[in-house]
Amino acid sequence: MMTEQSQASLTAENLPVTIQVAGLNFFYGSFQGLKDINLDIYEKKVTAFIGPSGCGKSTLLRTLNRMYDLYPGQRAVGDIRYGGRNILDANVDVNILRAKIGMVFQKPTPFPMSIYENIAFGVNLYENLSKGEMDERVEWAINKAALWNEVKDKLNKSGLSLSGGQQQRLCIARAVAVKPDVLLLDEPTSALDPISTVKIEELISELKEDYTITIVTHNMQQAARCSDFTAYMYLGELVEFGETDSIFINPVKKETQDYITGRFG
Amino acid sequence: MPSEHSSKQYELDLESIRSKVLLMGGIVEKQFQDAIVCFRTLNLQEADRIIAADLEVNKMEVDLDDQCSHLIVKRQPAANDLRTVMATIKAITDLERVGDEATKIARAARAMHQRGLTPIAHEEIVRVMAVTAGEMLHGALDSFARLDEKQATRLIVRDEMIDSEFRSVMRNVITFMMEDPRTISASLDTLWVAKAIERIGDHAKNIAEYVVYIVEGKDIRHTDYAANKQSELS
Repeated sequence: MMTEQSQASLTAENLPVTIQVAGLNFFYGSFQGLKDINLDIYEKKVTAFIGPSGCGKSTLLRTLNRMYDLYPGQRAVGDIRYGGRNILDANVDVNILRAKIGMVFQKPTPFPMSIYENIAFGVNLYENLSKGEMDERVEWAINKAALWNEVKDKLNKSGLSLSGGQQQRLCIARAVAVKPDVLLLDEPTSALDPISTVKIEELISELKEDYTITIVTHNMQQAARCSDFTAYMYLGELVEFGETDSIFINPVKKETQDYITGRFG
Repeated sequence: MPSEHSSKQYELDLESIRSKVLLMGGIVEKQFQDAIVCFRTLNLQEADRIIAADLEVNKMEVDLDDQCSHLIVKRQPAANDLRTVMATIKAITDLERVGDEATKIARAARAMHQRGLTPIAHEEIVRVMAVTAGEMLHGALDSFARLDEKQATRLIVRDEMIDSEFRSVMRNVITFMMEDPRTISASLDTLWVAKAIERIGDHAKNIAEYVVYIVEGKDIRHTDYAANKQSELS
């Protein structure tokens, strides 16, 4: 088993890296939310961030597409290398960045408009498509989010008329519609019932064929089920990062072991 | 030792499984020792008692497996807890088989008793093996109880000794049979007993390997881990 592990980590080192985080520090005013984070996010793999509340996992996720920019007094220092440049640089166009690195939130957030328009809205911001092309794109995105069969006959109904699980898949479709490289999922199933959760998890494993996915989750079994890599964070620090299977079967650090076995505080 | 779970009940469930495994271990250890004594004395009542005791061991195996299934479904154990449960399920099987081997020894004793006096020093032939296997089994249970992977590693290497003792018993028994065909029946029974003891050594070794898995997270079955580790230390 020992040799298998070292072989597996060799392959991890050879994987293409989509986002490289180096020396990242994050501040909420004077409070330091992230401390010297160094982490590689691999292409077309699912990376899960786990840790107790307030450990910085959502903060880290929100730095990856500069979602924190929307809030005054929040500041990130360091290097997040994506597409050959540091996305923390002041001259980065955050709108283009957020189209490339899309985000789905904990609570489903459909716009108060039709299912069709929910998808088309974002696409219109970046692309000029004909009616036919847009129809195609909407169908493609909803299909990618495994929602097509459930909504194909009611595309003009409000997005808010869908169930919670369907709304969340609609939000994923909306993120996918602008053809991003990376999807950031912030506790995407914590407001959903078990069946919807299973559907989202299935969807994650299908989407990683095409996208790099990063997921924040409180549900450790979810991280174990659907991620390839797991990062355990505590008090703003990255405690341990590695392949999900090793983290859950044989973590290196005692802190990680205590957290994932429920021996925490 | 790891710190305690936030959930007291989880802690209690794991502890209950651990102590039942050790209880089961104690029972089969006694079963084995009694079987060896019985093989020396050829006491019929004692043999019957050992054979009957195996039913209790079998029942413990089923109960413990069930308890482990319940723990998995309720707690989804991870990391060292997962390794403990996996190792426990396997250790239970090995312990139950030790019970079976002890029963075989008791049956051999009963068979020899029924045929009357034996023409060979049957118990003496296997005595050294029995002592080594008994120590190994005791050590394996002890290292399981204390999660002592160093002790476990030393035990794994000792299994070689039992294997070589078994080969020497076999040569010994063959000599008896060649010299005097009247000893064949008792010799064969003695050989079966030696084989049972040798298997008990294997089961003790397996349990010691699970201890290394629990503590180190390394699956060392079918590897030279223990031998290499031992030569590193000496």
